[in-house]
Amino acid sequence: MAALIRRTGDWDLSEECAQEAFAEALRRWPSDGVPDRPGAWLTTVAKNRAIDRLRRERRGAELMVQVAPLEGEAPAMDDHDPHLGSDSDCDSDSDESGIEDDRLRLIFTCCHPALPLEGRVALTLRALAGLTTAEIARAFLVPEPTMAKRLVRAKGKIAGARIPYRVPPAHLLPERTGGVLAVLYLLFNEGYAASGGPDLIRAQLCDEAIRLARALSGLMPDEPEAAGLLALMLFHHSHRRARLDAAGDVITLEDQDRTLWDRAEIDEANARLAAALRHRRAGPYQLQAAIAACHTDAADVADTDWARIASLYETLAGVMPSPVVALNRAVAVAMARGPEAGLQLIDELQESGDLTGYRLLYATRADLLRRLGRADEAADAYRQALALSGSDAEHRFLTKRLAEVGGPERGS
Amino acid sequence: MKYLMFVCVDHELATPEATKDMGERSMAWVREMDGRGVRVQGNRLQEISTATTVRVRGGEVVLADGPFAETKELIAGFDILECADLDEAIEVAGKHPVARVGSLEVRPFAED
Repeated sequence: MAALIRRTGDWDLSEECAQEAFAEALRRWPSDGVPDRPGAWLTTVAKNRAIDRLRRERRGAELMVQVAPLEGEAPAMDDHDPHLGSDSDCDSDSDESGIEDDRLRLIFTCCHPALPLEGRVALTLRALAGLTTAEIARAFLVPEPTMAKRLVRAKGKIAGARIPYRVPPAHLLPERTGGVLAVLYLLFNEGYAASGGPDLIRAQLCDEAIRLARALSGLMPDEPEAAGLLALMLFHHSHRRARLDAAGDVITLEDQDRTLWDRAEIDEANARLAAALRHRRAGPYQLQAAIAACHTDAADVADTDWARIASLYETLAGVMPSPVVALNRAVAVAMARGPEAGLQLIDELQESGDLTGYRLLYATRADLLRRLGRADEAADAYRQALALSGSDAEHRFLTKRLAEVGGPERGS
Repeated sequence: MKYLMFVCVDHELATPEATKDMGERSMAWVREMDGRGVRVQGNRLQEISTATTVRVRGGEVVLADGPFAETKELIAGFDILECADLDEAIEVAGKHPVARVGSLEVRPFAED
């Protein structure tokens, strides 16, 4: 599909011809056998369909000019005999590296910063993961017409405002790559958050996000953050069977049954991270993956290298300053050097006002006070956290803790 | 592709310190973009107090003093750009000195 978009500039036509090519493959390959280069076969069949359609629909002169070069290429690539044709007969559209270049162009175009974020996410799922509009709508819990409109708007803006269909030039590549990675991570988190909707849909989102991250790191071998993101996703994903209890409540890392973690995914994640770090260009995703690796390396909470985690968070705060990162660092410091040290950082955070109203700040503070045996103060902090509503599961957890420090719930 | 670029100044950001040499820097931008052939035409506009909003309601012409946009960002000027694609238009707009003390809207011409 990516190659067709490049040639015709028509997303809808490209989608339809790509679908027809797949249908043709499903009809022919069981009896004819899978061709040596299936990607090239599909691209050629789809291209021929596009030529036919354009000719029949008598599009404007502009498109016919683009069609002519398509006809002139690869005459030996006959779609009635998929085993014919050697490498030299194939044009650059059909060989595998050409296909990869087009997929890269497609990802960057779908994730262009001038598109609204929700449009970027939807278009990435549609164009790159091949999800139907209905599937994407279900995944994001919006009605199908809403999602259809979102996609139409995004495609309309690409055409109307002339967003270029290309991999960005070198001077824009760093920030644009960051944008693509952010969209993929958002996709993953939508699937992983388990915040609502039927589980099956959410699992599919995680799988698609991982698939796309894998494809991207293959397409951009010199970009360690792409591999870093993949590693991070795999680390998170490896916990999935241990994360929720029978009631659907989240089990914290320290309480998870680590025998349920997916070791194959952890192994792949470690390999990807190691490869990324060899580039010696650490960035936010590699750092977060390294932190996740510290957890997966450990047999349990006590065995975890909290000092290393605290140090990694400090480095992360340097490249990705955010109050949430600071909060996570405080937690790690508390584990490495004791609750008092962590509490000091928490209090500084509270002073700064950056996290006012952020319930995890109060929940964390409460937890540290509890561990220091300062029960009354802990109870107050738990009440503050409870006042800022979270999920039912969180509510239950905090209420339990409040009872443990001997604080009755104040009536509201 | 032609784009209309609205130049809007945010009066909270446009302090005297932030806007010193604005005139010179704007002229430098104009010279660069004219030279590149990406600027077709443009102009600063007079003070918003000179603006008049015109509407026809119920068959009558209704006038109001001032601009129609009730925001703290007000259109201070416009330019017509001719760019290869949106990335070029973004780059051109990003180099305008008002970008740091306001906003620039870039919108493509309709093709009729």
